[in-house]
Amino acid sequence: MTLIGWMQILVFCTLVVALAKPLGGYITRVFNGERNFLSPILLPLERGLYGLAGIDAKREQHWLTYTIAMLLFNAIGFVSLYALLRFQANLPLNPAEQVAVAPDLAFNTAVSFVTNTNWQNYGGETTMSYLTQMVGLTVQNFVSAATGIVLAVALIRGFARASAATVGNFWADMTRCTLYILLPICIIFTLFLVWQGVPQTLGAYVDATTLEGAKQSIAVGPAASQIAIKILGTNGGGFFNANAAHPFENPTSLSNFVQMLSIFAIGAALTNAFGRMVGNERQGWAILAAMGVLFVAGVTAAYWAEASGNDAFTALGLTGGNMEGKEVRFGIVASALFAVVTTAASCGAVNAMHDSFTALGGMIPLINMQLGEIIVGGVGAGLYGMLLFVVIAIFVAGLMVGRTPEYVGKKIEAKEMKMAMLAILVLPLMYLGWTAAAVVIPSAVASMANAGPHGFSEVLYAYTSQTANNGSAFGGLTGNTLWYNTTGAIAMLVGRFLMIVPAMAIAGSLAAKKTVPASSGTFPTTGGLFVGLLVGVILIVGGLTFFPALALGPIVEHLAMRAGTVF
Amino acid sequence: MLRELRPAIVVFIGLMLITGLAYPLAMTGMAQALFPRQANGSLIEKDGTVIGSSLIGQQFSSDRYFHGRPSATLGPDPADSSKSVAQPYNAANSMGSNLGPTSKALIERVQGDVNTLKAENPGMAVPIDLVTTTASGLDPHISPDAAIFQVPRVAKARGMPDNRVRDLVSQHVEGRLFGFLGEPRVNVLALNLALDGGAPK
Repeated sequence: MTLIGWMQILVFCTLVVALAKPLGGYITRVFNGERNFLSPILLPLERGLYGLAGIDAKREQHWLTYTIAMLLFNAIGFVSLYALLRFQANLPLNPAEQVAVAPDLAFNTAVSFVTNTNWQNYGGETTMSYLTQMVGLTVQNFVSAATGIVLAVALIRGFARASAATVGNFWADMTRCTLYILLPICIIFTLFLVWQGVPQTLGAYVDATTLEGAKQSIAVGPAASQIAIKILGTNGGGFFNANAAHPFENPTSLSNFVQMLSIFAIGAALTNAFGRMVGNERQGWAILAAMGVLFVAGVTAAYWAEASGNDAFTALGLTGGNMEGKEVRFGIVASALFAVVTTAASCGAVNAMHDSFTALGGMIPLINMQLGEIIVGGVGAGLYGMLLFVVIAIFVAGLMVGRTPEYVGKKIEAKEMKMAMLAILVLPLMYLGWTAAAVVIPSAVASMANAGPHGFSEVLYAYTSQTANNGSAFGGLTGNTLWYNTTGAIAMLVGRFLMIVPAMAIAGSLAAKKTVPASSGTFPTTGGLFVGLLVGVILIVGGLTFFPALALGPIVEHLAMRAGTVF
Repeated sequence: MLRELRPAIVVFIGLMLITGLAYPLAMTGMAQALFPRQANGSLIEKDGTVIGSSLIGQQFSSDRYFHGRPSATLGPDPADSSKSVAQPYNAANSMGSNLGPTSKALIERVQGDVNTLKAENPGMAVPIDLVTTTASGLDPHISPDAAIFQVPRVAKARGMPDNRVRDLVSQHVEGRLFGFLGEPRVNVLALNLALDGGAPK
């Protein structure tokens, strides 16, 4: 670990916090339907869309209607993407002549992009036509991100409103989120990325003759426009197979730094938007602080593990940390930091191969996802995931003093607790259950690229990543099989929607409640005690669930590495 | 539920046209106008033919050139296109080795590379990036140490004095941005082009 390395981390954290307030303010104004500096351009477009769709943006929906609208919208997105994947060979903009995607892979991929997971059992440059990348994948990058954000906003409204029957209008929220928040930032971001070196062309792959006279086919494409939303919307699906490690997806240390900031930007800003909407920004800062504690702990551990390197390399006289599966322009610190950022948020873009991280360095991304990606988290998903933990933490605090717990003026009662527990228990059921099944099925075991405990980690990582809607991978695992395509898709669907529906039920239930004024008996939720309690509850709930699985994978592998055992 | 069907279809199609067609096409137009070199892949031409991209590494095996890092990319087997074989720096199929820290295959491969390099230049510790696989399989860079390490071999193959080659390396070292972002590095293709050109860029 070096001083310059720590400086990169410090500057990163400072900028994330500095961006949260202005962006949080902007997001709040957009969802309150207020005019802003983009309204003159976008309002006619917005109104035109409402007119065609027959939407009255002012008419709000009950939580159940809101949820059904969201599910219907996602179902249409799924069908459209699946069709595009199956028929891409007969459609235009396919200079590399990619063939139709097989049914099980198309199913997995369509679910993956609709659920904001972007798990990829395929390599972008060897599978997808330009049309699929644009009209299929880029579109889902936008709308799955917007889905997460609007659901978080609906849940915030549940906390913020008193005796209300509605939580907002899904169609208006969805349209505004895409047009006013995601699209403008992406336009600027795309141009920045192209300036840094990311291709943006509809031209075919380039044939080069190298200095030594060999042929090199260089994959290009409309990459920058997709990468911008892939990062900003915490989607993470690479245009190219190697994702953000590919020099065309992430050409420079500056593009890398800005990409990491963009992964956290909206998630961190939503905590501020939460504070603003419930009428006390400090409530938002307290949540961000709890996220910050867990984040810094994760970065420290991952950076230490990767900088300490692999004992087997040290024995050969090699120093300088674990460079296997990393890029020289990023080095140890920017690779470790990126890995923690991308799994703390539910992004899943990678700028280094997580499969080749040291055992403990690779365990941190795994833990981040298993905690439910509540450390800043996916756009929207992080905040509603964290608020579920807040509900539990507040309940625990209430039990200790024997009072009905309250949070930002709302009584937390049996219904909210049941829903929060349902959402939190569904995740381990998926990733532990499918992992347990996979490791006793010989054909599923055959997909592992590494032997020994690392092979187990590959499978555990795959199901954890898909359940948590992250999308990063221990990439050695051959995921493009009927078994992994199907079970993975189920894990993604359950991980997304069995989290969302209970969260929306809580939103509806809270919105209908009266606000109780704070009294001397109210547990203050803006101070260090609350932050400590929240972090403690997250670690206890999470740790009890997945520690045994970690012991079988990364922990035993670390011990094997120290003992000089290879597999 | 049926009442929500019309908005679902219309809003989806509307947003699809905006984000899936208008946005990427407009971005392509603007990118081609503002940054045509980068937008098309930062290609390098020499005597009218494309010799590569300044951002994409390529395979070097001649002693006359600096070598990049090990690459684990695959390509179709010329004998049987349904199978894959090693094809380092295949820029149409990026990937890493995905071998874990306790992989026997990885440790043995690194051990072999270390032995080869030690024989080539016994006077210097082997830089780790020169024996570890790049994440993308296309890393265009090596560390400054990894370039310095190869100076004696390249100088000997070219019949140039060590000092001149070393100077060329120094001129191609890119530092950290703002003094703290990223890592010092050398672009292998640019360095080799300069070697061939005789004069530094």
